Amino acid sequence: MASISIGTIAELTSAKVVCGNKGKSCLVEKAFSSDLMSDVLRLESENLLLITGLANLQAVRTAEMADISYILFVRGKQATPEMVALAKENGITILETGYSLYKTSGILYSAGLKPVF
Amino acid sequence: MNLEYTFKVEGGNFSKAGVASSDVKKVLKKLNVGPKTIRRIVVSLYEAEINIIAHAYRGEILVKISENKVETTLKDSGPGIEDINKAMEEGYSTASPEVREMGFGAGMGLSNMNKNTDKLEITSEVGVGTTVKLMNWI
Ligand SMILES: Nc1ncnc2c1ncn2[C@@H]1O[C@H](COP(=O)(O)OP(=O)(O)OP(=O)(O)O)[C@@H](O)[C@H]1O
Ligand SMILES: [Mg+2]
Repeated sequence: MASISIGTIAELTSAKVVCGNKGKSCLVEKAFSSDLMSDVLRLESENLLLITGLANLQAVRTAEMADISYILFVRGKQATPEMVALAKENGITILETGYSLYKTSGILYSAGLKPVF
Repeated sequence: MNLEYTFKVEGGNFSKAGVASSDVKKVLKKLNVGPKTIRRIVVSLYEAEINIIAHAYRGEILVKISENKVETTLKDSGPGIEDINKAMEEGYSTASPEVREMGFGAGMGLSNMNKNTDKLEITSEVGVGTTVKLMNWI
């Protein structure tokens, strides 16, 4: 299955990697865009990128519980220091882009990042 | 082995949401429980914890871990659930705008709990509160 590195995802969406690993070895296979956390919690995919405009502690907690290692915040939403600390504690990589949810999803979909369903 | 943990949960206080689930996750990791089983347990506990914060006034969580299973009881004082079968339906939600702003209210929580537990028991009295029991073999 095709997978894309975090570095490439950051480049494609002009995103900043706020914390975590940006190495070429961090490979993402699928992505899911949502602002509703229970929608995210029902997924079972591994190596998943969560794309969301919900920039609060709950987004990071949700990733922690669901074993999601990569979060991309859209619409210029910024992770608070508390969120970054929680992400670091759990080995979660956070990216931030100024692009909208639609634009971000469209770019990454075109680049070959698969949807969960 | 018989481990017990209790947590207090305050309705409306999202800043502490997930603390119980996070602690339990750390304990289960130390006990070398498989990652898929841990994920099932903490996802259902997290959903149940959030439901107290989102829908009730206050509650208490009791987690019991033994050799072969994890049993969690979440008891809250709150409005209760009038029709549990309806509440279990995917997409059914009475979440307030404030709760939706926090990222909840998809109406998926109870169904996620059902999917991720080996046994789920919900009892509720309208105007009094709700008790949720989650059980997973480990
Ligand atoms: N502890 C509770 N006390 C009172 N009502 C509850 C409780 N738990 C669930 N409910 C009721 O059941 C409904 C469905 O719960 P469920 O967890 O499936 O969805 P939700 O909490 O509304 O949204 P989501 O969990 O997807 O964020 C709730 O909207 C609420 O009306
Ligand atoms: Mg819920």
